[in-house]
Amino acid sequence: MINTVNGKLEGELRAATGQKARDCYQCKKCSAGCPVAFAMDILPHEVMKMVQYGQRARLLGCSTIWLCASCETCSTRCPNEIDVAGVMDGLRRMALAGGDRLAEPEVEAFHRSFLNGIKLTGKTNEPVLIGQYKALSRRLFDDLGLGAVMFAKGKIKMLPRMVRDRRAVRRIFGESAGKGSS
Amino acid sequence: MNEHCFSYFPGCSQSGSAEEYGLSTLAVCRALGIELRELDDWNCCGASSAHMTNDMLSVALPGRDLALAKAEGLDMLVVCAACYSRMKQAQKRMLEDEETALKVADAVGADPRFRGEIRHLLDVLVSDIGIPEIKKWQRVRLDGLKVVPYYGCLLVRPPEVCFCDSVENPTDLDRFLEGLGVEVRPWSFKTDCCGGSLSLSRPDIVEKLVDKLFTRAEEAGADCIVTACPMCAANLEMRQHPGRLSFEVPHPMPVLYFTELLGIAMGLEGVEGWLGSHIIDPRPLMKELDLV
Repeated sequence: MINTVNGKLEGELRAATGQKARDCYQCKKCSAGCPVAFAMDILPHEVMKMVQYGQRARLLGCSTIWLCASCETCSTRCPNEIDVAGVMDGLRRMALAGGDRLAEPEVEAFHRSFLNGIKLTGKTNEPVLIGQYKALSRRLFDDLGLGAVMFAKGKIKMLPRMVRDRRAVRRIFGESAGKGSS
Repeated sequence: MNEHCFSYFPGCSQSGSAEEYGLSTLAVCRALGIELRELDDWNCCGASSAHMTNDMLSVALPGRDLALAKAEGLDMLVVCAACYSRMKQAQKRMLEDEETALKVADAVGADPRFRGEIRHLLDVLVSDIGIPEIKKWQRVRLDGLKVVPYYGCLLVRPPEVCFCDSVENPTDLDRFLEGLGVEVRPWSFKTDCCGGSLSLSRPDIVEKLVDKLFTRAEEAGADCIVTACPMCAANLEMRQHPGRLSFEVPHPMPVLYFTELLGIAMGLEGVEGWLGSHIIDPRPLMKELDLV
């Protein structure tokens, strides 16, 4: 049951993202305009309230933080100028840093695949991304028909685009390692 | 030097899934005398996945590109709405927050504090070149074509870094298209999210978002959707074929980049090739209206 205000989580999020979830007065504009609200387990205005109440475990283990598409409609409409999507970013990074059980492992696998691809080549290459995602998410046989259509339309290039200075790219990833929540 | 000269950040999609956007961009810029100098050895901006999961990567990846742009000393032109957003947000953050800028400088080995302007091609066409000048180059009238302009998210939000005239009801793309003689149909979904970042991982959610966009575009009486975002275009187009990512009822409405319509209007070479690389083939529609 939520019955105690606990400012610790709110303070950590403020330090990590600059966003003051405490300013939320529950007008619900964020949830009303959210295109993904229909699929969320905790609505955006409820996330703000739960941040104020320090409900860490429920927030870091919820689907909502992974389903937020970062369209920033909520951030744009918030009358208290809270970047709600930025709070979602902060919670997502906290969940990753804390090693919590993630509610949406496939969404996380997609982001990891995307970044692994950049780490390897410095650019985003569709076959590398799709291959990485299929391996990490174990969805090996989904949408092979679509892959064939994209290949036929020349949308999937077999020769990957590469950054020449891959040492620089590796250095960026090295310097960013483990800094997900900072 | 050319009055309209930019360093150019092409972005990854424009030589892959959105090659027709990349090629049509180069063609219309060449034809209008906009000089583009591609940044040498640029890297991916990290897109949504970086800022969603790793704060430092979300500034350091664009940071290396901004350091390259700083060395070039020209304003920077971007066409992908996602790259544009990441570049602008990283630039703003590093110019306002010295600590972050210094960390990024350390990671990329150069000063990333690019102080030039980062411009989207649509903004340059509407604000710098201007519709009257573009009309002088028009060879093909686009009368009869009905479109809905689809801005998506990253061209308009957050408004602090974006160029569009309104965050809830932008009209920049509308005015551009009307300038070419296209009939722009009114609809209320021009800035609704297509769910691009969940495209592969939660296709069940994305199918609902994209199905709504097509249904509303059909209700608005449009023949096609016009966009400036390669993520939106890929996400809209890839759900027509059988598979887990598909609609129950297909929506065979073409999705075009604004640069392709401009290329058609200017009678440029290469149009057939751009149109032919779409998953939803727009050529039957264009032939029916006698535009190609």
